[in-house]
Amino acid sequence: MAIATRITRIDRLTAVLAVPLLAALLLSVLSYRPNRIAPPEPRSLADVFDGGTVSAIIASAVLLTIVLLVQHRPAVRAAIVGLAVIIHVVLLGWGAQILMEGSAPAARVSPGTGFWLGFGALVLLLLDAIARLQPSIRARAALLVGTVAALAFVLRSGLLADLSLAAEYRGRSDAFHRATLDHLTLAFGSFLAALIIGLPAGVLIQRRRRLRDPVLNLLTLIQTIPSMALFGVLIVPLAWVAANIPGAASAGIRGIGMAPALIALFLYSLLPIVANTVAGIDAVPHNATEAATGMGMTGAEQLRMVELPLAMPVILAGGRIVLVQNIGLATVGALIGSGGFGTFIFQGIGQTATDLILLGVLPTVALAFLASAIMDLMIAMFRGQSQ
Amino acid sequence: MTMLRWILLLAITGGLLFAPNLLEPMLRPLAPAGGPVLYNRATLSSLTGAHLMLVVMAMVPSTIIGLTLAVLVSRPAGAEFLPLSRTIANIGQTFPPVAVLALSVPLLGFGSLPTILALFLYGLLPIFENTLAGLRGVPGAVALSARAVGMTPGQVLAQVELPIAMPLILEGIRISTVIALSTATIGSTVAARSLGEVIIAGLTSNNLAFIVQGGVLTGCIAVLIYDLFGLLIAFAKHRAGIETGDQL
Repeated sequence: MAIATRITRIDRLTAVLAVPLLAALLLSVLSYRPNRIAPPEPRSLADVFDGGTVSAIIASAVLLTIVLLVQHRPAVRAAIVGLAVIIHVVLLGWGAQILMEGSAPAARVSPGTGFWLGFGALVLLLLDAIARLQPSIRARAALLVGTVAALAFVLRSGLLADLSLAAEYRGRSDAFHRATLDHLTLAFGSFLAALIIGLPAGVLIQRRRRLRDPVLNLLTLIQTIPSMALFGVLIVPLAWVAANIPGAASAGIRGIGMAPALIALFLYSLLPIVANTVAGIDAVPHNATEAATGMGMTGAEQLRMVELPLAMPVILAGGRIVLVQNIGLATVGALIGSGGFGTFIFQGIGQTATDLILLGVLPTVALAFLASAIMDLMIAMFRGQSQ
Repeated sequence: MTMLRWILLLAITGGLLFAPNLLEPMLRPLAPAGGPVLYNRATLSSLTGAHLMLVVMAMVPSTIIGLTLAVLVSRPAGAEFLPLSRTIANIGQTFPPVAVLALSVPLLGFGSLPTILALFLYGLLPIFENTLAGLRGVPGAVALSARAVGMTPGQVLAQVELPIAMPLILEGIRISTVIALSTATIGSTVAARSLGEVIIAGLTSNNLAFIVQGGVLTGCIAVLIYDLFGLLIAFAKHRAGIETGDQL
């Protein structure tokens, strides 16, 4: 009886995701263009691979679906789906190589609807399995390092070198490195500045209750201003500074460029840092501060040794919001000439070149994802320590 | 304080929309010599209308779908999708709005459509997350006693759970709307009609007067809408019986 119910209970998530997973096999897995701006032509599995390979791929996809429908143990699911993701990416590189072999060098191959659909379904299944595993902090750290290493290996190995995105990168590797540097400067520079100003400001308004509402209201107001408006309006005072303050222009301050973008990102960063510092210190248990006072700690010692360490998870949560937000918003800076990955995004939009858009979007998303994963780990570590 | 802020915001917005000529002398020093001071390719009021239209067209479906999804995964039948949906919501937040906008263009071409799609997709997450948080915050005893007095599950949802969760739901819609107002500005880079057009025109023709008109107007409208949601949230809290000292 127990065995019977176990077998009949099918995994509902798999039942839903089986639709895109199997439909992906019938759609265009790759798209082919005779040159960079020609319209894409769809290529199905059968157009790319020989009969034997196609049957093997279809058979493994069906088998995978059936196994996942009845297999409930998260660890097993994660292992199987992880393997499937790797095979999926290898097939992408191999397929692109096959299509490029008989074509002119100007031809371009990119992932098609089928690839993205299958990839999306697999990633969702993998994320679900990992979420159900509830991994420990150490396991999460290992998983993160493993994923980054695997990604770096795939990119270095040349497995995906035949894809259009790789060709787009090869033509712009210098610009790409410059954009990476600019993007990191924008996102992390403003983050650091916000920490230096925001942490003391947070501590101050936590102590002085009368200042609290006006400061937090003002910072909320700044957060509400649309990014393009703030980036744009900041050009005005900076152009004035560049024109009227001696030495400012030679120090690199101009109306447009890095300076207004850095200042705008700094202003946006203040609210999460200040508000979370206040909330974090507010949440420190009363008896902890009382014990510290009883031990004869001065106000500063108490802040440094008791309150800030206990508030750290909440402050770091504010830092996580800031980093993700800054990495995303830094793309808008490209509109005012600050550089960064946004340059490729807006150029790509202008030329309707999807690969160029992706060249800007993918590193931005990867960077934001990495920053948030690292911050999540740090928050979990601090939580573990303070308990 | 709040009244003063509203009067100021409304005066600036109204001035830019309906009496731009009054503001011309203030903006003139910012315009290039001999160049136009006031944006002249379209009226600011028509662009504001188009801008708000984009936001409404995206936020209505975002709210309906985000709310429905959150209700579904919080029911026993949808519990299996809960861990995954939270992971998606978490990861989805790391996607910058500009990325969603840029990737909508290859799918839908240029114009309003990709912008609305991006605003809609990006708006789902805060509404979903906040609705979920609001529904989970309903005390179990309250829902249970509502069942005990003979309410159907549907009645419990509509008459007990949603009203209690309403302040948080509105907070989610507020976050989504503020992001949408911002992203709609960037939508003008993919040829959607919005106030971003004025800022872009200022950037390309090096006309600071255009940038200030577009920037200040979008900023004021965003803050006004943010404050409007503040009033709605205060009202919803009052209805749900949550007493707070917050003004907004």
